Amino acid sequence: MKKINLKYGFVLIATALIMTSCGGDKGQNSSTTETSTTNELATESETSEFGVGPIQHQVSFDGIDADLAANGEQVFTQKCMACHKMDKRHVGPALVGVLDRRNPSWVMNMILNPDKMVQQDPTAKALLAEYLSPMANQNLTEEQARAVLEYFRKYDADNQ
Amino acid sequence: MKTILYSIAAVVMMAVVAGCGNDNGKKGAITSSGAADEVYVAPGEHDEFYEFFSGGFSGQVSVVGLPSGRLFRRIPVFSVDAEKGWGFDEETKPMLNTTHGFIPWDDAHHPKLSQTNGEIDGKWLFINGNNTPRIAKIDLTTFETAEIIEIPNSAGNHSSPYLTMNTEYVVAGTRFSVPIPQKDVSIKTYKENFQGMISFISVAPEDGDMELAFQILMPGYDYDLASSGKGPSHGWTFFTTYNTEKGATMKEATASQNDKDFIAAINWKKAEEYIKEGKFEEWTSPYCNNEMDESTHMAKSTVKNKVKVLNVTNCPGLVYFLPTPKSPHGVDVDPTGKYIVGCGKLSADLTVHSFDKMMEAIKNKDYETTVDGVPVLKYESVVTGVVKSGGLGPLHTEFDGDGNAYTSFFISSEVVKWKIGTWEVVDRIPSYYSIGHLSIPGGGSMKPWRKYLVSMNKITKDRYLPTGPELAHSAQLYDITGDKMRLLLDFPTDGEPHYAQGCAAELIKPNSKKFFKLEENKHPYAVKSEAEARVERKGNEVHVYMSSIRSHFAPDNIEGIRVGDKVYWHVTNLEQDWDTPHGFAMMGAQNSETLIMPGVTKTLLWEPKVPGVFPFYCTDFCSALHQEMQGYVRVSPSGSNTELKWWLGED
Repeated sequence: MKKINLKYGFVLIATALIMTSCGGDKGQNSSTTETSTTNELATESETSEFGVGPIQHQVSFDGIDADLAANGEQVFTQKCMACHKMDKRHVGPALVGVLDRRNPSWVMNMILNPDKMVQQDPTAKALLAEYLSPMANQNLTEEQARAVLEYFRKYDADNQ
Repeated sequence: MKTILYSIAAVVMMAVVAGCGNDNGKKGAITSSGAADEVYVAPGEHDEFYEFFSGGFSGQVSVVGLPSGRLFRRIPVFSVDAEKGWGFDEETKPMLNTTHGFIPWDDAHHPKLSQTNGEIDGKWLFINGNNTPRIAKIDLTTFETAEIIEIPNSAGNHSSPYLTMNTEYVVAGTRFSVPIPQKDVSIKTYKENFQGMISFISVAPEDGDMELAFQILMPGYDYDLASSGKGPSHGWTFFTTYNTEKGATMKEATASQNDKDFIAAINWKKAEEYIKEGKFEEWTSPYCNNEMDESTHMAKSTVKNKVKVLNVTNCPGLVYFLPTPKSPHGVDVDPTGKYIVGCGKLSADLTVHSFDKMMEAIKNKDYETTVDGVPVLKYESVVTGVVKSGGLGPLHTEFDGDGNAYTSFFISSEVVKWKIGTWEVVDRIPSYYSIGHLSIPGGGSMKPWRKYLVSMNKITKDRYLPTGPELAHSAQLYDITGDKMRLLLDFPTDGEPHYAQGCAAELIKPNSKKFFKLEENKHPYAVKSEAEARVERKGNEVHVYMSSIRSHFAPDNIEGIRVGDKVYWHVTNLEQDWDTPHGFAMMGAQNSETLIMPGVTKTLLWEPKVPGVFPFYCTDFCSALHQEMQGYVRVSPSGSNTELKWWLGED
């Protein structure tokens, strides 16, 4: 952990370096692949509007499911609340209106795959540069992450 | 290791060391570039084998990769470990409880991996505590000590744990005979009052739970090492003995009188029958059984009282003695289960007994005599081969599964390779210096991996940069794939390894746990979310229900603590990802830090002595803002009425 997080520390100083050393899955295995890894990572524009992660389709919404939102609030309280408040900046950004600012699929990937997102997705990288603490992977299931989104929707609806 | 060996060694070593010194710098290795290729594991790649080294007088186990010799982890077992809080935090203290009270140390000798059908299964690692007799079980999904059982009616638990081929039992034996049960007698009454005890501890197949199944009261010899039968010899466990002379003082001389001591063959299936028939005495012999509960993350120490004891003198067919020359140390059953190799440590030769011949001799009542109620089988009727080694001080034998055996020679400082069946020596190679145990991954099982052999050497001398009078013990890695053994690598070890055992990494690696699920945390002082963080006072006890996540504690400011309070910091790590532990350290705490794995709750006790404001912080570099992961606690004088309050993120 020390190594990885030291790398996050270096991101502030030398983004290019961290891209080299924190490359893809195989990047650390052999010095001979570093060049190509760097090139691959440098092409940020290739990441989709959904971000990097398991959700590569458009998450769509119907009417707000109150049960699902309640479930999501429970998950949020246990796994997310230590770093996120809804209404103000804490360790991470305030989450009110997040689904207006970001594609819901992108938010899902940020929850499910934060390690790769802060390395490869341009928006997530910018957020890391601003907030400094990398988003923790709390190992939510896709169902749990979807429930958290429903809680965000309900929160926004209740607080308009 | 007997001191007499050191005396002899002192003389021989001079010659050996001097001889090795002339080895032109390479000191026995094949050309360094060739060897380097064979042990090089490129950055980011994994070793082929896990090898678990006992720490000896460190009381711990170290996990090393082969062929690289890299150290991955030091698992705390019998000794407190401030680095991890083992034996310092409230959850792990009960693991080191014994009927002698809390014991912060032991001497850990022989790691043995669990087996199914005679093959290593990668589930658990067992290791003996020699000094205050205990056996520990390490869970190989978490690499943490999960259970420790104390062995009552015992002393010097050296011939242990040497498990059976389906891990039905791990065994324990008295290297030091004592009055059993203990009583206040003159040491000069050794012959009348001192006895040995062999213990069989059952292991539950599903969860590895250890229970003291039965004990066998034996003559007052020193039961040195053991090896369990396999295949045809399954159902038997073999123990070497020395001091059949029953000396109690100046043992290096008194215990070396007899030409032959014994290998004791124990028929544990017969013991099971006797137990079933009720032919045991039930003794009241208190012992502690300590278990770590993976859902509460807390250890519990239970005192148990009853043991079933079989007396060898009235259980015919239970034990036979196989005469074996010159104070045998190691006994090792080969992978086919047909041969029992004894290493008479004061002899140059190895003695190989045949299991089939032993059974025939038992059937024919081919007894030399009966001593202390146990039939002694005729030497000529059981021995099947003698290996004329040409070496001195044989200790231990391992096998490669292809009909070759490898024996360590302490005094002549070498590994000798010989053939099972023909008993001829086919190769020998020096160790640097004075090898004790040796290990081939899968050693002791029916399916060793013939690739590497590790020697564990007692003397290091000039092998590494010097570090004052105390030097790291050395291990050496040999290639054993060909006809000739080849030295590949030296690497230093932790403590004094006695035995080490290894297996293919694939048996363990896929099951390695990444984190503990917060939902499954049943610790009574856990907080499942930051919303539950709080402080509660009960008289002079204060319980801090604290959470940690990158990069803050909740709460991180506390006031209302008083001098004289006992403050329990219950810290739950809310992280749910691999490799995200947090540490917790409190200024002035008279124990250690504690290290908290993701999803786990740990408790550190702090008893503030003076008023003031004191910091606490995270010790394990956890994130870019790790340095900010800190807090303050205000301590007021005893009897003051500063309000108890706490917060996070308020100004």
